[in-house]
Amino acid sequence: MLQLKPERLGINDFREQNVSICGKSFVADVSGALYWPAEKALIVADLHLEKGSSFAAKGQLLPPYDTRETLLQVAKAVDRFGAKTVVALGDSFHDRNAADRMPETELEKLRIMQDACEWIWVTGNHDPEIADQLGGFVVPELTVEGITLRHEPRGAWTTHEIAGHLHPAARIARDGFSLRRPCFIGNGVRLIMPAFGSYAGGLNVMDEAFEPLFGGDAFAVWMLGQEGLYPIATRLLRDD
Amino acid sequence: MGKRTAATEVVAQKRSKSGGADRTKRPGAAGTPPQRLTEALPAEFANWFKVRGWLPRSHQLGLLERATKRTSTLLIAPTGAGKTLAGFLPSLVELSRRDRATLKGAGLNTLYISPLKALSVDIARNLETPIREMGLKIRCETRTGDTPASRRTRQRTKPPEILLTTPEQVALLLAHPDAPYLFADVRTVILDELHAISGSKRGDLLSLDLARLRTLAPELITIGLSATVASPSELRAYLVAQDAPDAMTRLADTVVAQPGAEPEIAILEADDPAPWSGHSALYAMASIYQAIKRHALTLVFVNTRMQAELIFQELWRVNEDGLRIALHHGSLDHGQRRKVEAAMAAGTLDAVVATSTLDLGIDWGDVDLVINVGAPKGSSRLLQRIGRSNHRLDEPSRAILVPGNRFEVLECRAALDAARAGVQDVALSRRGSLDVLAQHVLGMACQAPFAMDELFAEVRRASPYAWLQRATFDRIVDFVATGGYALKSYERFTKLRPEADGRLRVANGRIAQSYRMNAGTIVESPMIKVRLIGRGRLRGRGSSSRASTPLRPLTGGRVLGEVEEHFVEQLAPGQAFVFAGEVLRFEGLKETEAYVSRASASDPVVPSYAGGKFPLSTHLAERVRAMLHDREAWAHLPVPVAEWLALQGERSALPDASEVLVETFPRGGRHHMVVYPFEGRLAHQTLGMLLTRRLERAGVMPMGFVANDYGLSIWARGDIGAMIRSGSVPLAALFEEDMLGDDLESWLAESSLMKRTFRYCAVIAGLIERRHPGKEKSGRQVTMSTDLVYDVLMKHDPGHILLEAARADASTGLLDIGRLGDFLKRIRGAIVHKDLERVSPLSVPILLEIGREPVGTSGREDLLREAAEDLIRDAMGCE
Repeated sequence: MLQLKPERLGINDFREQNVSICGKSFVADVSGALYWPAEKALIVADLHLEKGSSFAAKGQLLPPYDTRETLLQVAKAVDRFGAKTVVALGDSFHDRNAADRMPETELEKLRIMQDACEWIWVTGNHDPEIADQLGGFVVPELTVEGITLRHEPRGAWTTHEIAGHLHPAARIARDGFSLRRPCFIGNGVRLIMPAFGSYAGGLNVMDEAFEPLFGGDAFAVWMLGQEGLYPIATRLLRDD
Repeated sequence: MGKRTAATEVVAQKRSKSGGADRTKRPGAAGTPPQRLTEALPAEFANWFKVRGWLPRSHQLGLLERATKRTSTLLIAPTGAGKTLAGFLPSLVELSRRDRATLKGAGLNTLYISPLKALSVDIARNLETPIREMGLKIRCETRTGDTPASRRTRQRTKPPEILLTTPEQVALLLAHPDAPYLFADVRTVILDELHAISGSKRGDLLSLDLARLRTLAPELITIGLSATVASPSELRAYLVAQDAPDAMTRLADTVVAQPGAEPEIAILEADDPAPWSGHSALYAMASIYQAIKRHALTLVFVNTRMQAELIFQELWRVNEDGLRIALHHGSLDHGQRRKVEAAMAAGTLDAVVATSTLDLGIDWGDVDLVINVGAPKGSSRLLQRIGRSNHRLDEPSRAILVPGNRFEVLECRAALDAARAGVQDVALSRRGSLDVLAQHVLGMACQAPFAMDELFAEVRRASPYAWLQRATFDRIVDFVATGGYALKSYERFTKLRPEADGRLRVANGRIAQSYRMNAGTIVESPMIKVRLIGRGRLRGRGSSSRASTPLRPLTGGRVLGEVEEHFVEQLAPGQAFVFAGEVLRFEGLKETEAYVSRASASDPVVPSYAGGKFPLSTHLAERVRAMLHDREAWAHLPVPVAEWLALQGERSALPDASEVLVETFPRGGRHHMVVYPFEGRLAHQTLGMLLTRRLERAGVMPMGFVANDYGLSIWARGDIGAMIRSGSVPLAALFEEDMLGDDLESWLAESSLMKRTFRYCAVIAGLIERRHPGKEKSGRQVTMSTDLVYDVLMKHDPGHILLEAARADASTGLLDIGRLGDFLKRIRGAIVHKDLERVSPLSVPILLEIGREPVGTSGREDLLREAAEDLIRDAMGCE
């Protein structure tokens, strides 16, 4: 049985969600970006630029538009929030040679954004070094107002941390349908961001990799839909 | 007829427990052979027939005659007519006289290709008898995915005279550099169950392989074996090279076997009348059980695996006599299935509940009754199934049809009439799909460098690709080489490089390796292995949200079989379900394995089964429509069903065969519009999606819809009936054919159906590798990445050839656009509208589907929204 949408709109506009980390206010966005209003900073994790061409080099000729699409979405989010700073939270490039394969048009897009706002590359395991031609500041991690932005989350119980790396995704099942989408996962003192890249996959938050970070079920999940970002009760979450 | 003949006896002797010998000595069997026999058959063959007291049937000799004249031929014969021996007779005769000195290559003479590997194994067994008894020096081997690697390697260089295999294996052999040597001596290619394979992607692949085989062995002829079909010309065209596809369609010759005895088919008369809706036929269980009791071996056919499990469970519930009833379906473990098959052959079973895994011509045991539960959906399908009973042409097959609900009563009746009239469903004309062509092009490049012009000409000789334009072919080659994108950025990664003479070769050896690992056209829905473990090994049910994470790791356990991934996704740990004939408790999922323990719940959770797997055939739909209007035909229907139709006539209307009935009525504060096209579920779902879009624009405020095989119901806030009456929503405009244009396009773009279709195309075309040399990639990971690829491609390269291929597939397969289009054309000016005050009798079965059958199309965002609103309600303390 199919129920059509319009009648159910209106309870809530799910486009953005306010998220608090150690008392600081953030806005999680449907695009998968996180905006920090006090700092006018937009944070995006795991862009994996040039993942398509990385696969192509190994024989799987995926459509070569992933970098174009990812940068387009970053630019849209920057415009929407009026961000003055962009922090790319590591694994911005799929491999060490990604920059060499990046089309000139996309490099140009990057430069235009970097002219308009301060650009910070946090390094990740896929991109431990960032070539000079890519501009921006390169840092291993970054601490602002007591909150640390790093690529890979610290293993044990940590607070004051925003990280990426794990590509969190959540799955719910309802009425015989199952839906798996990227998500934010946090517990008020730490937040793991979804992968922003158009070809980045996801790891289910029920996977044991998340166990040491959030131990037990004291965490919250916001799933990314097409039109909104939805807080989902942890009891609804399913393994893959 | 009255004369016992060869092929049936080969089978009958093998399996008959008592009377094999005296059957051969029936009166009439030893009559004088016709003169032609002695001429056509070499002495040892004629002698062999004579010793057995058999006469070759006229179609067997007819085929031999055409093969001797080197004419490709389609043999149309009902099940049990000795098709197989007929098909092999020419090869056996030729091989008995062959001089090895004349060989040009490896000596492979006959290639037998069937859609099922089990069929090859079965046929090989049946061929052994005549070969051995005539003392022929002919080696006959099978080659399937299960054949050990060492034998497969040997078969490439020292092949048997007769190789029995599947389309996928042929494709792999043809992509090997040895192919010209291996196939140089092929004289005959036998295509079994051609009607079952020709209209599919596997059939497309096979047609391309045939085209290549003809290039390698120009003198080969084909023999197609098929059940009776309404229009055989498509199959005849498939069998021969289309040398001048623009000018004319060449056809193979045909030989039609004489039909056998009329089947005895009845519709089950149970004590309780058929229910209003549902498909499980639980009401009839006692009568089914009694029928099983009265027969030696009964096959109970159902349409889906879930239904098989349910019926198996219910039969055992009433099994007071301890009858030996077994279960056979595609998700059961291979070993378990073989065990059931062996028990059938050995005669140690009383009944087997089975799905289509047993449908095709496999010959096992002394089945004397076939029970078909649920509507058969097409008369070819029905005859195929009935053919399982009494696999001898001159004894009538016995079958009982068990309708699941009232509409299915009509459908069973129509199928029965069709079967009696000997009419079978029409095979639709098919355009070979482009993803299969892409796979073939890469395979051919793996074999040897190819010239574009030559390959193009060869491909068009395959009838499904006779339509192919050179520009489309070029785009496919470009796709194989560099991905075929508008943005040309992969030239340096090209898979095909030109040689000095312009021929294209694969760029490196890894590409060929990857092709071999990924060839084939069967993209299964990802399957999950089910493992049975003891309960003691797990902790009790936890209450935390991580209840699915057991204290001890989920490991070990016996594999019971495999289930579709989407089924497991619905289960929560602790839930019970029925599988492999047992009630099982779902314990958890790890990687690609589901762990289960034995449950004891008295009332197992059998997940609702979403209607028939096969849509109602066009031909049967016509008969059902005609029956509705024809009061004389009601005499053959059970009384409650006839009364139901009469009531419909009084309260609303019974449209004649050319009309479509649209009813509107209020119910439960909503306004319903029910349409009865009888065009099958797929077409109705598509129609429902498109109609709701239009009604939304017209301000009717539709809220939802359901569809089944017979009709669909849309419900809305607005009074649809009044709006149609007043002309503000003109019916003719609502059903305008142009809905298949823009409305369809915009719906498709946002539909998850397209993503699923694209996934199949991407895997078959080789864009996404299922298996990558050096690492295994599971189906689950594939799903994820093709969705991402689809989104990016739709946005940045919407004209890409693979999207074109996916759209074409969705239109024919998942959406049944062609059929919907024919329907809309047919009903122009023939829409009968009845604005009623209350529910009509005919609409009840459709309305009962509400809440039972999810329509899996859009509404995905709703799932999230509802879940989020749940959380909000939780937080506000509303629930």
